[in-house]
Amino acid sequence: MPNVSFEHINKSYGNLAVLDGLNLDVEDSDFLVLLGPSGCGKTTLLNLLAGLVEVTSGRIMIGDRDVTELDPKDRGLAMVFQSYALYPTKTVRGNLRFGLAARKLDAAEIERRIAWASNLLQLDPLLGRKPAQLSGGQRQRVAIGRALVKHADVLLFDEPLSNLDAKLRTEMRLEIKKLHDELKPTIVYVTHDQIEAMTMATKIAVMNGGEIQQFGSPDEVYERPQNLFVAGFIGSPQMNLNPGVFSLSTGHPLAALRSGVQVDLSGYAFGHTPQEGEEIIVGFRPEHFSAPNGTVAEPAATFDLTVKIIERTGSDTILSLAYEDRLLAVRTEPDRASALHPGDTVSVAYPKNKLNVFAAGSGLRL
Amino acid sequence: MSDPLAVRPAIRLNAGTQEKPVLFPRRKSRINGRSVAVLVFLAMAAAFYCVPLYVLVVTSFKTMEQIRQGAIFALPTEWTWEPWNFAWNEACSGITCEGLKVGFWNSVKILIPSLIASISLSAVTGYALALWNVRWAGTFLFILFMAAFVPFQIIMFPLIQLTVHMGIYGSLWAVAFIHTVMTMPIVTLIFRNYYKDIPDELIKAAMIDSGSFWRIFGEIILPMSANILIVVLIMQITHIWNDYLIGVTFGGPGGQPMTVNLANLVTVSTGTVSYNANMAAALLTAIPPLVIYFVLGKFFVQGISAGAIKG
Repeated sequence: MPNVSFEHINKSYGNLAVLDGLNLDVEDSDFLVLLGPSGCGKTTLLNLLAGLVEVTSGRIMIGDRDVTELDPKDRGLAMVFQSYALYPTKTVRGNLRFGLAARKLDAAEIERRIAWASNLLQLDPLLGRKPAQLSGGQRQRVAIGRALVKHADVLLFDEPLSNLDAKLRTEMRLEIKKLHDELKPTIVYVTHDQIEAMTMATKIAVMNGGEIQQFGSPDEVYERPQNLFVAGFIGSPQMNLNPGVFSLSTGHPLAALRSGVQVDLSGYAFGHTPQEGEEIIVGFRPEHFSAPNGTVAEPAATFDLTVKIIERTGSDTILSLAYEDRLLAVRTEPDRASALHPGDTVSVAYPKNKLNVFAAGSGLRL
Repeated sequence: MSDPLAVRPAIRLNAGTQEKPVLFPRRKSRINGRSVAVLVFLAMAAAFYCVPLYVLVVTSFKTMEQIRQGAIFALPTEWTWEPWNFAWNEACSGITCEGLKVGFWNSVKILIPSLIASISLSAVTGYALALWNVRWAGTFLFILFMAAFVPFQIIMFPLIQLTVHMGIYGSLWAVAFIHTVMTMPIVTLIFRNYYKDIPDELIKAAMIDSGSFWRIFGEIILPMSANILIVVLIMQITHIWNDYLIGVTFGGPGGQPMTVNLANLVTVSTGTVSYNANMAAALLTAIPPLVIYFVLGKFFVQGISAGAIKG
């Protein structure tokens, strides 16, 4: 299975530059997720790789082949679409066969591959049906089967799960992950759903405004977001980003938040230390807070705040605490929160080793 | 020239019937001056079409003796097929007296090649323009659009010269050729607009799977075209069958379609005028497009492409 690389990719429509000098390397058997909000250029990047859109300048390599000028069918890849894009007049078998017949494989090989894919994805009872007679999840499986039978080296997914309901989405997520573990293809997967990205990817490229904001493993992206965009985009509820001023006056680094709360930054490994008095932004993940009125081993800060909203999701409870003129999200165990009511005052502590600090000016991680 | 757009409302009507909102409870209809006026007007309009048709039908079954007595609204005292037989087999057109059947078969011979040529060429052109990156596609579409509205009479003379040079002037082939050329622009536009609505991702999938222009057309696009093919087929059959001007201009003596044959037959200047045979001939000429319309109308299938996208 080959690696895929984008080299200095520019893509513009008229005067509008969608991608500008983008570089990205996907390694062999990687499951790369392109993650970003709508209009960030992730689908454009995928279409460029598939050959459905032509690059303005730059080079795309699959393995050691330069595919920049090749037709989609000659690039040795297969794609699964958001709308599934099954051929409506063909049966499931016909859908699986179409791409193979076009490759002039012999009939026995075609049958063997269809049998393999239909076994893998449990399509056997569906082979004679037309797409209109299938449910959403079944259509999705057929679309994946149609991509798999081609034995393509690179599989592309364009938001394949976004038309499914929540339960099916969770199931299909597991199935796709399982397929990747078994078959080890190189996968490029576009989504705006961070749960999909976090659960399936071996690498995530977070994109915004046509630029890659951060490229790394899901854990890296989650634990050490490189800038404010990534910090705010990954995680639900979103990371609490609170502005303050950096100070060394007491001998150890601390942040004086606007609300007056002092955050001890001595547990934070600064990439480079900011100047005294520099504007910084301190990020707190909702799930790292202590239980209400509880404490943590090495607290960086403690907040005494009023409960505004309590959201129960079943496995977690999200407390929204009034903090300055906005809300501070805190995740907690449901039984810990059961006694709380809006209007109560609680004290929550945040541990030193879970802080994220960014420069207010550049938005970059410090 | 029958208006090709006339077919459109039929489709829209078809699509709309399911979703038509029902007004409930319905208002009680009251008979007042205005509704009476409307009814009278509608009745007159209906009579305007129905009375001549009635006269046409009953006269075609009457004997000449009864017709000579006047009373054109009377039912036939003696129903006879003789005028129909005469019109089909014996009526004289010019100096030949072989009836309308000559014209009928001429029309069929014109219809079939021009249908095949115009629909297949237009479908492929429309497919290319809608779904492939064709250089100058915009310009080409604009020219097609303009060409669709050029009146035939304006370019008739150059077309005659063209067919003379091609050596087909005065034959059925010339008529079929001109029909094909003249209907191509509008039919291509119809196909192009239909194919433009095919989901983008379906074409992308086909491009990645196959990438072959003809294979995608034959295996994916054509099977999805049943709806539009029926529409275009009805439109083309009606238009080509009912044409008179192209037939009379390009057909010559040996290549007269049924309409031209009919015109010659009813304007014969010697002997008595056989009204009954003329009426039968007119009805015979009008029947084929009607039959096609009723037969194919059933196949206005909805939702051929349902299931291609999310459901």
